[in-house]
Amino acid sequence: MILTMTMRIRAAMMSSCVAAMMLAQACGAGSASSGGADGGASAGATLRAVRARGSVRCGITQGTGFATPDDAGRWQGFDVDFCRAIAVALFDDPDKVQFTPYTQQQRFSGLQSGEVDLLANGTSVTSSRALHQPFQFGPIYLYDGQGFLVPKSSRASKASMLDGATVCVQQGTTSELNLTDFARRNRVSFKPVVMEDLRAAVSALASGRCDAITQDGAGLATTRTMLRDPSNYVILPDRISKEPIAAVVRSGDDQWLEIVNWVFHAPVQAEEYGIGQQNAAQFLASSDPAIRRFLGVEPGAVDGLGLDPKWVYNVIAKVGNYGDIFDRNLGSRTPLRMERGLNRLWTDGGLLYSPPFR
Amino acid sequence: MSHARKSLLVQGLTFGATAAVLWWLAHNMSANLERRGLSLGFGFLQQPANFEIGDTAWLRFSPEQSVGRAILVGLLNTARVSALGCVLAIAIGFVVGVLRLSHNPALRGVMRAGVEVVRNTPLLLLLLFLYASLQGLPSASHALEPAPGWFLSGRGLVLPAIAFGALTMWLAALLVIALVLRRRLGAMGARVIAGLLATVVLSMLVRHPSVEAAHLVGFNFVGGTTLSPEFAALLSALVLHHAAHISEVVRGAILSVPRGQRDAARALGLSRFQTLRMVTIPLALRAMVPLLATSCVSLIKNSSLAVAIGFPDVVSILNTTGNQTGHNIETMCIMIVVYLSLSLAVAAALNRYNTSLLALEAQLP
Repeated sequence: MILTMTMRIRAAMMSSCVAAMMLAQACGAGSASSGGADGGASAGATLRAVRARGSVRCGITQGTGFATPDDAGRWQGFDVDFCRAIAVALFDDPDKVQFTPYTQQQRFSGLQSGEVDLLANGTSVTSSRALHQPFQFGPIYLYDGQGFLVPKSSRASKASMLDGATVCVQQGTTSELNLTDFARRNRVSFKPVVMEDLRAAVSALASGRCDAITQDGAGLATTRTMLRDPSNYVILPDRISKEPIAAVVRSGDDQWLEIVNWVFHAPVQAEEYGIGQQNAAQFLASSDPAIRRFLGVEPGAVDGLGLDPKWVYNVIAKVGNYGDIFDRNLGSRTPLRMERGLNRLWTDGGLLYSPPFR
Repeated sequence: MSHARKSLLVQGLTFGATAAVLWWLAHNMSANLERRGLSLGFGFLQQPANFEIGDTAWLRFSPEQSVGRAILVGLLNTARVSALGCVLAIAIGFVVGVLRLSHNPALRGVMRAGVEVVRNTPLLLLLLFLYASLQGLPSASHALEPAPGWFLSGRGLVLPAIAFGALTMWLAALLVIALVLRRRLGAMGARVIAGLLATVVLSMLVRHPSVEAAHLVGFNFVGGTTLSPEFAALLSALVLHHAAHISEVVRGAILSVPRGQRDAARALGLSRFQTLRMVTIPLALRAMVPLLATSCVSLIKNSSLAVAIGFPDVVSILNTTGNQTGHNIETMCIMIVVYLSLSLAVAAALNRYNTSLLALEAQLP
């Protein structure tokens, strides 16, 4: 309890700090572009700053399966692994990455102010973010949708049975908007209680202040593990929105965006080729020219922008392919027990499809 | 150089330097905004809000209404909690402050312990503690019913709503104005007030106020008015925290009244209570009022801690707006203007009251 309270206090304080920082930076001296904390749009600035610093700064959002520190204080999780993949591609070292945990409310200010180089924290791609806000998205690395988590005792089996319910929503997400749209489309009404911190929403659900929590499906799986008795809660089958999750970078830095794009594609392509963390070394001797180009045994396809020709091999050997990353963090052997669902390869009936590496 | 010239020069330099700093800040901000591809503008206030607000008072709100209206609803929520908070904090702080000087050692001790505990705890901790305690209440389907039509549960306190006719409301408003201006009205005042009171009662007989009781439908109570647990937790945390501070102000102000005044009053045969009411407190008010104004202003600002527990105050609504529309700088500017004007208005009102107190004193023989 004490721990949650300090965390909440920290979260509340941090959100105001980030906001104030953003204002200060917006008002501050124009000479900031020489520093590594540049939020600017000049091409290659982020990549240069990352190389000069010797590490990637990655914005994450804490949650079981996606980003949590382990017993040794080392960050683990699905989002974390993708950040580590970038560090491996650039520096051949999964630890050359600094993680900054944000609440959903703080993340964009953190990216905008140059505090991090990218966000890999469950942000959904939306047109208004891409068109109205100075951000660009990397490839979609998780296909998700918003749903509801309810106590079994509520006897609701689908979302439209929740008419009149009080629903806890996390502030600063698209969830608020989706919930309102769903209610208007289906002529039901909800009373939202908007919480800044997920932990506050979870305790509100546990105490009965809220009848349901609404979040992305992956978020609900995480949230359920935070409740005292997860088996007393069910995730309703409805998905009321499309949530394609992608990494976010500041707009205007194309080289950096390309690096993010191809590092996120590589684990998907590797799974399609059947190359995993266990057997990657064997494939170095493969005679298939496509695989030889992919792993950098033959040059020309994946080098450029100053990348190590063997970066794809390094990423697969040190982090794994998409299946490795998914199974390790979210799959059936983890507390989250998520199905691959839409996140299977296109060859297996899912949506994951990497452009060719050639 | 003459004194007047020197003063003019200094003033000119100060003005020039301030203007230069402001220009520099504005210039840098616009340059940096451009570099980041951001544009400023308040056009987004007219867009539909597309989000729902869970707790509204006075103004109805639905998602298809504008962002500007959503902000107004948030502002009313801030104003509601601040106004009630100021009045209650001053009332409770006053009583506690006086009781701390009581001759009864047990009473004095209890008050002192309470004040010290509350005063030395961070407000956010107090707020989270009170909110967590309110979550211990039973669920909506097992709500307590302390009085018929009153329901107390984890969803808050639900009361029957009373709706008065429009005429009654207007007459009641006039009555309030008359009560405020009763000094100006002079001898006529009492008659005007009595007359208005009678018409208010009469208008209620003509058009009965309707009572709408709440009842549980599905997940929530329908009808009636709801005092949400978020509002209750925020209000009580603000009141407790600031009442503790105000009680210290009151105690200090009373102690600052020279002992001779009290002795003189006692010598004239006034009782202890009469001395307090007619001599000590009027004299202490002078020292108190400016500090009470400060307390109220900080209460208004502290009400922004609402975001921690999910009460939709103006900061919470502006955060959501900033996130949905991307106009973070503008929403922050609105936030600054809102708090600045609320604080300045309260400070101005209490300053006026203070001036009138001093003027009253000057009239004393």
